[in-house]
Amino acid sequence: MANTSEIDFRSLVLDAPLALDSGRELAGVQVAYETYGELAPDRGNAVLIFHALTGDQFVAGTNPVTGKPGWWERMVGPGKPIDTDRFHVICANVIGSCLGSTGPSSAGPQGKPYAMQFPVITIRDMVRAQMAMLDALGIEKLHAVVGGSMGGMQALSCAANFPERTDRVLAIATTARHTAQNIAFHEMGRQAIMADPNWQGGDYYGGEAPAKGLAVARMAAHITYLSEEGLTTKFGRRLQDREAKSFGFDADFQVESYLRYQGLSFTDRFDANSYLYITRAMDYFDLAEEHGGLLADAFRGAKDTRFCLVSFDTDWLYTTADMREVVHALNAVAAPVSFVELSAPYGHDSFLLDVPALDRVVEGFIG
Amino acid sequence: MNLRADLAKIAAHVPEGARVLDVGCGEGDLMEALQLQKGCDARGMEIDPEAVAKAVSRGLSVVQGDANRDLADYPDGAFDVAILSQTLQTAQRPDWLLDQLLRVGREAFVSFPNFAYWRMRLFLLRNGRMPISRHLPGSWYETANIHHLTIADFHEFLTLRGVKVSGSWFFAADNEIGSGTGPFGANWRAEHAVFRLRR
Repeated sequence: MANTSEIDFRSLVLDAPLALDSGRELAGVQVAYETYGELAPDRGNAVLIFHALTGDQFVAGTNPVTGKPGWWERMVGPGKPIDTDRFHVICANVIGSCLGSTGPSSAGPQGKPYAMQFPVITIRDMVRAQMAMLDALGIEKLHAVVGGSMGGMQALSCAANFPERTDRVLAIATTARHTAQNIAFHEMGRQAIMADPNWQGGDYYGGEAPAKGLAVARMAAHITYLSEEGLTTKFGRRLQDREAKSFGFDADFQVESYLRYQGLSFTDRFDANSYLYITRAMDYFDLAEEHGGLLADAFRGAKDTRFCLVSFDTDWLYTTADMREVVHALNAVAAPVSFVELSAPYGHDSFLLDVPALDRVVEGFIG
Repeated sequence: MNLRADLAKIAAHVPEGARVLDVGCGEGDLMEALQLQKGCDARGMEIDPEAVAKAVSRGLSVVQGDANRDLADYPDGAFDVAILSQTLQTAQRPDWLLDQLLRVGREAFVSFPNFAYWRMRLFLLRNGRMPISRHLPGSWYETANIHHLTIADFHEFLTLRGVKVSGSWFFAADNEIGSGTGPFGANWRAEHAVFRLRR
Protein backbone atom coordinates (compact mmCIF):
# COMPACT_ATOMS: atom_id res chain seq x y z
CA MET A 1 0.00 0.00 0.00
CA ALA A 2 1.15 3.51 -0.74
CA ASN A 3 2.64 5.48 2.04
CA THR A 4 -0.30 7.75 2.72
CA SER A 5 0.95 8.62 6.21
CA GLU A 6 2.86 11.58 4.82
CA ILE A 7 -0.27 13.09 3.34
CA ASP A 8 -2.14 15.43 5.63
CA PHE A 9 -5.76 14.53 4.85
CA ARG A 10 -8.31 17.20 5.68
CA SER A 11 -10.54 15.59 8.27
CA LEU A 12 -12.64 15.97 11.40
CA VAL A 13 -13.30 13.71 14.36
CA LEU A 14 -16.92 12.93 15.25
CA ASP A 15 -17.89 14.01 18.77
CA ALA A 16 -20.07 11.03 19.58
CA PRO A 17 -19.39 7.34 19.04
CA LEU A 18 -21.06 5.98 15.92
CA ALA A 19 -23.73 3.33 16.60
CA LEU A 20 -23.38 0.68 13.90
CA ASP A 21 -25.88 -1.75 12.35
CA SER A 22 -23.86 -4.63 13.81
CA GLY A 23 -24.77 -3.42 17.29
CA ARG A 24 -21.20 -2.31 17.95
CA GLU A 25 -20.03 1.24 18.44
CA LEU A 26 -17.11 3.00 16.85
CA ALA A 27 -15.60 5.79 18.95
CA GLY A 28 -13.35 8.63 17.81
CA VAL A 29 -14.34 8.25 14.18
CA GLN A 30 -12.23 10.31 11.83
CA VAL A 31 -13.87 11.44 8.58
CA ALA A 32 -11.59 12.75 5.85
CA TYR A 33 -13.28 15.02 3.32
CA GLU A 34 -12.68 17.58 0.61
CA THR A 35 -14.82 20.55 -0.42
CA TYR A 36 -15.03 22.48 -3.68
CA GLY A 37 -16.75 25.83 -4.20
CA GLU A 38 -18.03 28.30 -1.62
CA LEU A 39 -20.79 27.54 0.87
CA ALA A 40 -23.56 30.11 0.41
CA PRO A 41 -24.40 32.34 3.43
CA ASP A 42 -27.76 30.52 3.81
CA ARG A 43 -25.90 27.17 3.62
CA GLY A 44 -28.38 25.99 1.02
CA ASN A 45 -26.07 25.13 -1.87
CA ALA A 46 -24.27 22.07 -0.52
CA VAL A 47 -24.04 18.95 -2.69
CA LEU A 48 -22.74 15.75 -1.08
CA ILE A 49 -21.07 13.31 -3.44
CA PHE A 50 -20.66 9.70 -2.33
CA HIS A 51 -17.72 7.79 -3.78
CA ALA A 52 -17.63 4.21 -5.07
CA LEU A 53 -15.91 1.11 -3.61
CA THR A 54 -12.33 2.11 -4.28
CA GLY A 55 -12.97 5.83 -4.68
CA ASP A 56 -11.95 8.61 -2.40
CA GLN A 57 -12.74 12.17 -1.38
CA PHE A 58 -10.70 13.68 -4.22
CA VAL A 59 -13.52 14.24 -6.71
CA ALA A 60 -11.85 17.05 -8.63
CA GLY A 61 -8.47 18.76 -8.78
CA THR A 62 -5.36 16.62 -8.31
CA ASN A 63 -5.42 13.53 -6.15
CA PRO A 64 -2.42 13.88 -3.79
CA VAL A 65 -2.08 10.08 -3.47
CA THR A 66 -1.98 9.21 -7.16
CA GLY A 67 -0.97 12.57 -8.62
CA LYS A 68 -3.77 12.05 -11.16
CA PRO A 69 -6.92 14.13 -11.70
CA GLY A 70 -9.83 13.56 -9.29
CA TRP A 71 -12.12 10.65 -10.15
CA TRP A 72 -15.02 12.81 -11.31
CA GLU A 73 -13.05 15.73 -12.66
CA ARG A 74 -15.19 15.66 -15.81
CA MET A 75 -18.38 16.18 -13.77
CA VAL A 76 -17.32 18.48 -10.93
CA GLY A 77 -15.66 21.89 -11.23
CA PRO A 78 -16.21 25.46 -12.35
CA GLY A 79 -18.70 25.45 -15.24
CA LYS A 80 -19.00 21.64 -15.11
CA PRO A 81 -22.35 19.81 -14.77
CA ILE A 82 -21.98 20.00 -10.97
CA ASP A 83 -20.82 23.58 -11.05
CA THR A 84 -18.54 24.55 -8.18
CA ASP A 85 -19.09 28.22 -9.06
CA ARG A 86 -22.63 27.67 -7.77
CA PHE A 87 -22.49 24.67 -5.47
CA HIS A 88 -20.47 23.79 -2.40
CA VAL A 89 -19.46 20.23 -3.18
CA ILE A 90 -18.46 17.93 -0.31
CA CYS A 91 -17.04 14.45 -0.66
CA ALA A 92 -15.94 12.29 2.26
CA ASN A 93 -13.87 9.14 2.35
CA VAL A 94 -16.19 6.37 3.63
CA ILE A 95 -15.46 4.78 6.97
CA GLY A 96 -13.76 1.43 6.46
CA SER A 97 -11.61 2.95 3.71
CA CYS A 98 -7.96 3.91 3.92
CA LEU A 99 -7.58 7.52 2.76
CA GLY A 100 -7.89 9.42 5.99
CA SER A 101 -11.18 8.10 7.39
CA THR A 102 -11.25 5.51 10.16
CA GLY A 103 -10.84 2.00 8.78
CA PRO A 104 -9.09 -1.29 9.50
CA SER A 105 -5.66 0.28 8.94
CA SER A 106 -6.35 3.04 11.50
CA ALA A 107 -5.06 2.79 15.03
CA GLY A 108 -7.60 1.14 17.33
CA PRO A 109 -8.01 1.63 21.08
CA GLN A 110 -4.80 -0.28 21.80
CA GLY A 111 -2.84 2.02 19.55
CA LYS A 112 -2.14 -0.59 16.86
CA PRO A 113 -4.16 -0.95 13.65
CA TYR A 114 -7.63 -2.43 14.08
CA ALA A 115 -7.05 -4.97 11.26
CA MET A 116 -9.80 -7.58 11.61
CA GLN A 117 -10.86 -6.14 14.96
CA PHE A 118 -12.50 -3.37 12.98
CA PRO A 119 -16.29 -3.80 13.17
CA VAL A 120 -18.13 -4.95 10.07
CA ILE A 121 -19.86 -1.88 8.70
CA THR A 122 -22.81 -1.32 6.36
CA ILE A 123 -23.68 1.18 3.67
CA ARG A 124 -26.04 2.80 6.19
CA ASP A 125 -23.13 3.12 8.67
CA MET A 126 -21.11 4.93 5.99
CA VAL A 127 -24.03 7.32 5.49
CA ARG A 128 -24.47 7.79 9.25
CA ALA A 129 -20.82 8.87 9.51
CA GLN A 130 -21.29 11.39 6.71
CA MET A 131 -24.48 12.80 8.22
CA ALA A 132 -22.56 13.26 11.49
CA MET A 133 -19.84 14.98 9.46
CA LEU A 134 -22.48 17.36 8.04
CA ASP A 135 -23.66 18.09 11.59
CA ALA A 136 -20.08 18.99 12.49
CA LEU A 137 -19.84 21.20 9.41
CA GLY A 138 -23.13 22.93 10.32
CA ILE A 139 -24.94 21.83 7.16
CA GLU A 140 -28.49 20.77 7.91
CA LYS A 141 -30.02 20.34 4.48
CA LEU A 142 -28.33 19.43 1.22
CA HIS A 143 -29.32 20.67 -2.20
CA ALA A 144 -28.56 17.18 -3.49
CA VAL A 145 -26.81 13.91 -2.78
CA VAL A 146 -25.12 12.29 -5.76
CA GLY A 147 -23.42 8.95 -6.24
CA GLY A 148 -22.57 6.22 -8.72
CA SER A 149 -22.20 2.51 -7.99
CA MET A 150 -21.58 2.15 -4.22
CA GLY A 151 -22.00 5.93 -4.11
CA GLY A 152 -25.49 5.42 -5.52
CA MET A 153 -26.23 2.88 -2.78
CA GLN A 154 -25.28 5.52 -0.21
CA ALA A 155 -27.48 8.07 -2.01
CA LEU A 156 -30.47 5.69 -1.87
CA SER A 157 -29.67 4.79 1.74
CA CYS A 158 -29.51 8.49 2.59
CA ALA A 159 -32.95 9.02 1.01
CA ALA A 160 -34.38 6.07 2.93
CA ASN A 161 -32.83 6.80 6.32
CA PHE A 162 -32.27 10.56 6.33
CA PRO A 163 -34.90 11.93 3.90
CA GLU A 164 -34.98 15.26 5.75
CA ARG A 165 -31.33 15.90 4.89
CA THR A 166 -31.65 16.37 1.12
CA ASP A 167 -33.93 17.89 -1.51
CA ARG A 168 -32.63 15.79 -4.38
CA VAL A 169 -31.17 12.32 -4.86
CA LEU A 170 -29.19 11.40 -7.96
CA ALA A 171 -28.23 7.72 -8.10
CA ILE A 172 -26.29 6.39 -11.07
CA ALA A 173 -25.44 2.82 -12.13
CA THR A 174 -26.51 1.37 -8.83
CA THR A 175 -28.96 -0.95 -7.12
CA ALA A 176 -31.08 -1.22 -4.00
CA ARG A 177 -29.84 -4.75 -3.34
CA HIS A 178 -26.72 -6.78 -3.99
CA THR A 179 -27.63 -9.90 -5.98
CA ALA A 180 -26.17 -13.39 -5.54
CA GLN A 181 -23.96 -12.71 -8.58
CA ASN A 182 -22.70 -9.43 -7.08
CA ILE A 183 -21.92 -11.19 -3.80
CA ALA A 184 -20.24 -14.06 -5.63
CA PHE A 185 -17.78 -11.78 -7.41
CA HIS A 186 -16.94 -10.00 -4.16
CA GLU A 187 -16.44 -13.26 -2.31
CA MET A 188 -14.00 -14.39 -4.96
CA GLY A 189 -12.00 -11.21 -4.44
CA ARG A 190 -12.02 -11.57 -0.68
CA GLN A 191 -10.88 -15.18 -0.89
CA ALA A 192 -8.00 -14.12 -3.17
CA ILE A 193 -6.85 -11.65 -0.51
CA MET A 194 -7.22 -14.11 2.34
CA ALA A 195 -5.38 -16.81 0.37
CA ASP A 196 -2.34 -14.56 0.05
CA PRO A 197 0.20 -15.80 2.67
CA ASN A 198 1.03 -12.16 3.42
CA TRP A 199 -2.50 -11.51 4.61
CA GLN A 200 -1.67 -13.13 8.01
CA GLY A 201 -5.24 -13.04 9.28
CA GLY A 202 -5.29 -9.33 8.52
CA ASP A 203 -2.28 -8.50 10.74
CA TYR A 204 0.10 -7.51 7.99
CA TYR A 205 0.58 -3.84 8.91
CA GLY A 206 4.25 -3.10 9.34
CA GLY A 207 5.13 -6.06 7.10
CA GLU A 208 4.49 -7.15 3.54
CA ALA A 209 0.93 -6.38 2.40
CA PRO A 210 -1.09 -9.11 0.59
CA ALA A 211 -0.58 -7.28 -2.69
CA LYS A 212 -0.92 -10.34 -4.92
CA GLY A 213 -4.25 -11.30 -3.44
CA LEU A 214 -5.52 -7.73 -3.62
CA ALA A 215 -4.36 -7.46 -7.23
CA VAL A 216 -6.31 -10.59 -8.19
CA ALA A 217 -9.38 -9.25 -6.39
CA ARG A 218 -9.09 -6.02 -8.33
CA MET A 219 -8.60 -7.84 -11.64
CA ALA A 220 -11.76 -9.89 -11.14
CA ALA A 221 -13.75 -6.84 -10.07
CA HIS A 222 -12.41 -4.79 -12.95
CA ILE A 223 -13.85 -7.27 -15.45
CA THR A 224 -17.30 -6.67 -13.96
CA TYR A 225 -16.91 -2.93 -14.51
CA LEU A 226 -16.43 -3.31 -18.27
CA SER A 227 -18.67 -4.62 -21.02
CA GLU A 228 -17.76 -7.48 -23.32
CA GLU A 229 -18.13 -5.08 -26.21
CA GLY A 230 -15.80 -2.60 -24.48
CA LEU A 231 -13.13 -5.25 -23.90
CA THR A 232 -13.42 -6.48 -27.48
CA THR A 233 -13.09 -2.96 -28.89
CA LYS A 234 -10.18 -2.07 -26.61
CA PHE A 235 -8.18 -5.33 -26.79
CA GLY A 236 -9.84 -7.97 -28.92
CA ARG A 237 -7.43 -10.92 -29.12
CA ARG A 238 -4.46 -8.65 -29.82
CA LEU A 239 -1.10 -9.76 -28.45
CA GLN A 240 1.03 -7.67 -26.11
CA ASP A 241 4.41 -6.53 -27.52
CA ARG A 242 4.96 -9.78 -29.41
CA GLU A 243 4.35 -11.28 -32.82
CA ALA A 244 3.15 -14.69 -31.74
CA LYS A 245 1.83 -16.58 -28.74
CA SER A 246 4.61 -17.62 -26.36
CA PHE A 247 3.21 -21.05 -25.45
CA GLY A 248 3.74 -20.01 -21.87
CA PHE A 249 1.95 -18.05 -19.18
CA ASP A 250 3.30 -14.58 -19.70
CA ALA A 251 0.76 -11.89 -20.47
CA ASP A 252 0.49 -12.80 -24.15
CA PHE A 253 -2.74 -10.93 -24.67
CA GLN A 254 -3.17 -7.19 -24.26
CA VAL A 255 -6.17 -7.79 -22.03
CA GLU A 256 -4.01 -9.84 -19.65
CA SER A 257 -1.35 -7.16 -19.53
CA TYR A 258 -4.00 -4.51 -18.90
CA LEU A 259 -5.62 -6.43 -16.06
CA ARG A 260 -2.27 -7.19 -14.44
CA TYR A 261 -1.44 -3.49 -14.54
CA GLN A 262 -4.85 -2.56 -13.12
CA GLY A 263 -4.41 -5.07 -10.33
CA LEU A 264 -0.87 -4.05 -9.40
CA SER A 265 -1.35 -0.29 -9.57
CA PHE A 266 -4.41 -0.67 -7.34
CA THR A 267 -2.31 -2.19 -4.57
CA ASP A 268 -0.25 1.01 -4.45
CA ARG A 269 -3.22 3.03 -3.32
CA PHE A 270 -5.54 0.67 -1.47
CA ASP A 271 -5.51 -1.38 1.70
CA ALA A 272 -6.51 -5.04 1.38
CA ASN A 273 -8.45 -5.11 4.64
CA SER A 274 -10.39 -2.02 3.56
CA TYR A 275 -11.30 -3.94 0.42
CA LEU A 276 -12.64 -6.79 2.56
CA TYR A 277 -14.71 -4.49 4.76
CA ILE A 278 -16.16 -2.31 2.02
CA THR A 279 -17.13 -5.22 -0.25
CA ARG A 280 -18.81 -6.80 2.80
CA ALA A 281 -20.81 -3.62 3.36
CA MET A 282 -21.98 -3.70 -0.27
CA ASP A 283 -22.94 -7.38 -0.02
CA TYR A 284 -25.03 -6.68 3.08
CA PHE A 285 -26.86 -3.88 1.26
CA ASP A 286 -30.54 -4.63 0.79
CA LEU A 287 -32.63 -1.53 1.24
CA ALA A 288 -35.93 -3.46 1.23
CA GLU A 289 -34.73 -5.89 3.90
CA GLU A 290 -33.71 -2.94 6.08
CA HIS A 291 -37.28 -1.66 5.87
CA GLY A 292 -39.38 -4.75 6.53
CA GLY A 293 -39.04 -6.41 3.13
CA LEU A 294 -40.88 -3.93 0.93
CA LEU A 295 -38.67 -1.51 -1.01
CA ALA A 296 -41.47 1.06 -1.26
CA ASP A 297 -41.52 1.24 2.56
CA ALA A 298 -37.88 2.35 2.48
CA PHE A 299 -38.94 5.51 0.66
CA ARG A 300 -42.15 6.40 2.57
CA GLY A 301 -40.39 9.33 4.20
CA ALA A 302 -38.89 10.56 0.94
CA LYS A 303 -42.03 11.18 -1.09
CA ASP A 304 -41.23 14.88 -1.37
CA THR A 305 -37.62 14.28 -2.37
CA ARG A 306 -36.84 14.58 -6.07
CA PHE A 307 -35.13 11.50 -7.47
CA CYS A 308 -33.16 10.97 -10.64
CA LEU A 309 -31.98 7.48 -11.46
CA VAL A 310 -29.65 6.61 -14.33
CA SER A 311 -28.60 3.22 -15.66
CA PHE A 312 -26.46 2.22 -18.64
CA ASP A 313 -27.47 -0.30 -21.28
CA THR A 314 -24.11 -2.12 -21.16
CA ASP A 315 -23.87 -2.29 -17.35
CA TRP A 316 -24.33 -5.93 -16.38
CA LEU A 317 -23.21 -5.39 -12.77
CA TYR A 318 -26.12 -3.15 -11.75
CA THR A 319 -28.66 -3.46 -14.51
CA THR A 320 -31.53 -1.40 -15.81
CA ALA A 321 -33.85 -4.07 -14.37
CA ASP A 322 -32.32 -3.45 -10.90
CA MET A 323 -32.91 0.26 -11.32
CA ARG A 324 -36.49 -0.25 -12.48
CA GLU A 325 -37.24 -1.90 -9.14
CA VAL A 326 -36.23 1.35 -7.45
CA VAL A 327 -38.36 3.35 -9.91
CA HIS A 328 -41.29 1.06 -9.17
CA ALA A 329 -40.89 1.54 -5.41
CA LEU A 330 -40.65 5.33 -5.77
CA ASN A 331 -43.77 5.37 -7.95
CA ALA A 332 -45.56 3.39 -5.29
CA VAL A 333 -44.97 6.20 -2.78
CA ALA A 334 -45.62 8.87 -5.47
CA ALA A 335 -42.16 10.39 -5.09
CA PRO A 336 -41.17 12.64 -8.01
CA VAL A 337 -38.81 10.34 -9.87
CA SER A 338 -37.01 10.56 -13.18
CA PHE A 339 -35.32 7.57 -14.71
CA VAL A 340 -33.30 7.15 -17.88
CA GLU A 341 -31.29 4.28 -19.32
CA LEU A 342 -28.42 5.84 -21.25
CA SER A 343 -26.61 4.15 -24.07
CA ALA A 344 -22.84 3.92 -23.56
CA PRO A 345 -20.31 1.26 -24.56
CA TYR A 346 -18.25 1.13 -21.37
CA GLY A 347 -20.33 -1.09 -19.08
CA HIS A 348 -20.62 -0.22 -15.38
CA ASP A 349 -17.71 2.23 -15.58
CA SER A 350 -19.75 4.42 -17.95
CA PHE A 351 -20.67 6.68 -15.02
CA LEU A 352 -17.03 7.73 -14.73
CA LEU A 353 -16.32 8.09 -18.44
CA ASP A 354 -17.13 10.30 -21.40
CA VAL A 355 -20.91 10.03 -21.75
CA PRO A 356 -22.21 13.48 -22.75
CA ALA A 357 -25.84 12.46 -22.21
CA LEU A 358 -25.01 11.80 -18.55
CA ASP A 359 -23.50 15.28 -18.23
CA ARG A 360 -26.74 16.81 -19.54
CA VAL A 361 -28.94 14.78 -17.21
CA VAL A 362 -26.77 15.57 -14.16
CA GLU A 363 -26.59 19.28 -14.99
CA GLY A 364 -30.33 19.50 -15.64
CA PHE A 365 -31.29 17.61 -12.52
CA ILE A 366 -28.91 19.35 -10.12
CA GLY A 367 -30.24 22.61 -11.60
CA MET B 1 -44.74 28.32 -25.76
CA ASN B 2 -47.02 27.16 -28.54
CA LEU B 3 -48.56 23.82 -27.71
CA ARG B 4 -49.97 21.53 -30.37
CA ALA B 5 -53.74 22.02 -30.75
CA ASP B 6 -54.72 18.81 -28.93
CA LEU B 7 -52.26 19.51 -26.11
CA ALA B 8 -53.51 23.08 -25.71
CA LYS B 9 -57.08 21.75 -25.41
CA ILE B 10 -56.01 19.18 -22.83
CA ALA B 11 -54.03 21.80 -20.90
CA ALA B 12 -57.06 24.07 -20.84
CA HIS B 13 -59.25 21.39 -19.24
CA VAL B 14 -56.90 19.77 -16.73
CA PRO B 15 -58.01 20.93 -13.26
CA GLU B 16 -55.77 23.31 -11.32
CA GLY B 17 -53.22 21.59 -9.09
CA ALA B 18 -54.02 18.12 -10.40
CA ARG B 19 -51.60 15.23 -10.14
CA VAL B 20 -50.98 14.38 -13.78
CA LEU B 21 -49.26 11.52 -15.63
CA ASP B 22 -48.42 12.28 -19.26
CA VAL B 23 -47.88 8.95 -21.02
CA GLY B 24 -45.61 9.43 -24.02
CA CYS B 25 -44.64 12.90 -22.82
CA GLY B 26 -41.81 13.45 -25.32
CA GLU B 27 -39.57 16.27 -24.14
CA GLY B 28 -42.25 17.42 -21.70
CA ASP B 29 -43.86 20.44 -23.40
CA LEU B 30 -47.31 19.68 -22.00
CA MET B 31 -45.94 18.82 -18.54
CA GLU B 32 -44.11 22.12 -18.37
CA ALA B 33 -47.23 24.04 -19.45
CA LEU B 34 -49.33 22.22 -16.83
CA GLN B 35 -46.82 23.01 -14.09
CA LEU B 36 -46.51 26.67 -15.04
CA GLN B 37 -50.12 27.46 -15.97
CA LYS B 38 -52.06 25.10 -13.72
CA GLY B 39 -49.72 24.43 -10.80
CA CYS B 40 -49.98 20.73 -11.56
CA ASP B 41 -47.75 18.03 -10.14
CA ALA B 42 -46.85 16.54 -13.52
CA ARG B 43 -45.03 13.28 -14.12
CA GLY B 44 -44.14 11.77 -17.47
CA MET B 45 -43.38 8.47 -19.16
CA GLU B 46 -41.45 8.36 -22.40
CA ILE B 47 -39.79 5.55 -24.35
CA ASP B 48 -37.12 7.61 -26.17
CA PRO B 49 -34.06 8.03 -23.88
CA GLU B 50 -32.94 11.24 -25.59
CA ALA B 51 -36.34 12.83 -25.05
CA VAL B 52 -36.24 11.69 -21.41
CA ALA B 53 -32.78 13.20 -20.96
CA LYS B 54 -34.03 16.51 -22.38
CA ALA B 55 -37.12 16.49 -20.17
CA VAL B 56 -35.03 15.72 -17.08
CA SER B 57 -32.63 18.50 -17.97
CA ARG B 58 -35.67 20.85 -17.99
CA GLY B 59 -36.25 19.87 -14.38
CA LEU B 60 -39.22 17.60 -15.12
CA SER B 61 -39.86 14.19 -13.55
CA VAL B 62 -39.91 11.71 -16.40
CA VAL B 63 -39.44 7.96 -16.27
CA GLN B 64 -38.11 6.16 -19.30
CA GLY B 65 -40.50 3.36 -19.99
CA ASP B 66 -42.67 1.55 -22.45
CA ALA B 67 -46.33 2.36 -21.89
CA ASN B 68 -47.20 -1.06 -23.32
CA ARG B 69 -45.62 -2.63 -20.24
CA ASP B 70 -44.56 -0.16 -17.58
CA LEU B 71 -47.90 1.55 -16.87
CA ALA B 72 -48.68 -1.59 -14.87
CA ASP B 73 -46.07 -0.40 -12.32
CA TYR B 74 -48.19 2.51 -11.10
CA PRO B 75 -50.65 2.02 -8.24
CA ASP B 76 -54.44 2.35 -8.79
CA GLY B 77 -55.64 5.93 -8.79
CA ALA B 78 -52.09 7.29 -8.44
CA PHE B 79 -53.03 10.32 -10.54
CA ASP B 80 -56.00 12.66 -10.88
CA VAL B 81 -55.44 12.81 -14.61
CA ALA B 82 -53.68 10.48 -17.04
CA ILE B 83 -52.93 11.77 -20.54
CA LEU B 84 -52.29 9.81 -23.72
CA SER B 85 -51.76 12.15 -26.65
CA GLN B 86 -51.34 10.86 -30.20
CA THR B 87 -50.04 7.55 -28.84
CA LEU B 88 -53.07 5.22 -28.74
CA GLN B 89 -52.63 4.20 -32.37
CA THR B 90 -49.02 3.14 -31.64
CA ALA B 91 -49.93 0.81 -28.77
CA GLN B 92 -49.48 -2.93 -29.03
CA ARG B 93 -52.78 -3.38 -27.19
CA PRO B 94 -54.78 -0.13 -27.20
CA ASP B 95 -57.55 -1.78 -25.13
CA TRP B 96 -55.05 -2.77 -22.39
CA LEU B 97 -53.45 0.67 -22.50
CA LEU B 98 -56.80 2.45 -22.08
CA ASP B 99 -57.69 0.14 -19.17
CA GLN B 100 -54.35 1.00 -17.53
CA LEU B 101 -54.82 4.70 -18.20
CA LEU B 102 -58.20 4.68 -16.47
CA ARG B 103 -56.78 2.56 -13.65
CA VAL B 104 -53.84 4.84 -12.74
CA GLY B 105 -55.79 8.04 -13.46
CA ARG B 106 -59.18 8.96 -12.01
CA GLU B 107 -59.85 10.49 -15.41
CA ALA B 108 -58.03 10.46 -18.72
CA PHE B 109 -57.49 12.63 -21.76
CA VAL B 110 -56.88 10.74 -24.98
CA SER B 111 -56.10 12.29 -28.36
CA PHE B 112 -55.63 10.42 -31.64
CA PRO B 113 -55.66 10.95 -35.40
CA ASN B 114 -58.99 10.02 -37.00
CA PHE B 115 -58.49 7.52 -39.83
CA ALA B 116 -61.97 8.30 -41.18
CA TYR B 117 -61.09 11.97 -41.89
CA TRP B 118 -62.36 12.78 -45.36
CA ARG B 119 -58.94 13.43 -46.82
CA MET B 120 -57.81 9.99 -45.66
CA ARG B 121 -60.92 8.41 -47.19
CA LEU B 122 -60.32 10.28 -50.43
CA PHE B 123 -56.63 9.33 -50.49
CA LEU B 124 -57.48 5.65 -50.12
CA LEU B 125 -60.34 5.83 -52.59
CA ARG B 126 -58.36 7.64 -55.28
CA ASN B 127 -54.94 6.01 -54.84
CA GLY B 128 -55.80 2.64 -53.40
CA ARG B 129 -52.84 3.03 -51.05
CA MET B 130 -52.43 3.56 -47.29
CA PRO B 131 -52.86 7.26 -46.65
CA ILE B 132 -49.90 9.31 -45.48
CA SER B 133 -50.65 12.56 -43.69
CA ARG B 134 -49.17 15.08 -41.29
CA HIS B 135 -50.60 13.14 -38.32
CA LEU B 136 -49.83 9.73 -39.78
CA PRO B 137 -46.49 10.06 -41.54
CA GLY B 138 -44.42 7.11 -42.75
CA SER B 139 -45.08 4.21 -45.05
CA TRP B 140 -47.12 1.22 -43.89
CA TYR B 141 -44.02 -0.93 -43.35
CA GLU B 142 -42.15 1.49 -41.12
CA THR B 143 -44.88 3.44 -39.36
CA ALA B 144 -45.18 3.37 -35.57
CA ASN B 145 -48.93 3.71 -36.03
CA ILE B 146 -50.04 0.11 -35.98
CA HIS B 147 -53.62 0.39 -34.71
CA HIS B 148 -55.51 2.90 -36.82
CA LEU B 149 -58.91 3.89 -35.54
CA THR B 150 -61.75 6.26 -36.28
CA ILE B 151 -63.86 8.42 -34.01
CA ALA B 152 -66.80 6.06 -34.61
CA ASP B 153 -64.63 3.05 -33.65
CA PHE B 154 -63.54 4.82 -30.47
CA HIS B 155 -67.13 5.67 -29.49
CA GLU B 156 -68.17 2.07 -29.98
CA PHE B 157 -65.21 0.82 -27.92
CA LEU B 158 -66.00 3.20 -25.04
CA THR B 159 -69.63 2.06 -25.03
CA LEU B 160 -68.57 -1.60 -24.97
CA ARG B 161 -66.21 -0.95 -22.05
CA GLY B 162 -68.65 1.24 -20.18
CA VAL B 163 -66.27 4.20 -20.21
CA LYS B 164 -67.96 7.59 -19.74
CA VAL B 165 -67.16 10.49 -22.05
CA SER B 166 -67.17 13.79 -20.19
CA GLY B 167 -65.89 15.89 -23.08
CA SER B 168 -64.76 15.64 -26.68
CA TRP B 169 -63.22 18.10 -29.11
CA PHE B 170 -62.61 17.78 -32.83
CA PHE B 171 -59.99 19.42 -35.00
CA ALA B 172 -59.14 19.86 -38.65
CA ALA B 173 -55.81 21.46 -39.51
CA ASP B 174 -55.42 22.60 -35.86
CA ASN B 175 -58.74 24.46 -35.89
CA GLU B 176 -61.46 23.27 -33.56
CA ILE B 177 -64.47 22.31 -35.67
CA GLY B 178 -66.74 21.15 -32.90
CA SER B 179 -67.09 19.70 -29.45
CA GLY B 180 -69.53 17.71 -27.38
CA THR B 181 -70.59 14.10 -27.41
CA GLY B 182 -71.67 13.77 -31.02
CA PRO B 183 -71.41 16.73 -33.35
CA PHE B 184 -72.71 16.11 -36.80
CA GLY B 185 -70.20 14.58 -39.17
CA ALA B 186 -67.23 14.58 -36.76
CA ASN B 187 -66.17 11.17 -38.01
CA TRP B 188 -65.49 12.46 -41.51
CA ARG B 189 -64.81 16.13 -40.79
CA ALA B 190 -62.27 15.77 -37.96
CA GLU B 191 -58.57 15.15 -38.64
CA HIS B 192 -57.92 14.43 -34.98
CA ALA B 193 -59.87 14.32 -31.75
CA VAL B 194 -59.49 14.76 -27.98
CA PHE B 195 -61.62 12.79 -25.53
CA ARG B 196 -62.00 13.26 -21.80
CA LEU B 197 -62.88 9.95 -20.17
CA ARG B 198 -63.94 8.49 -16.83
CA ARG B 199 -64.47 4.95 -15.69
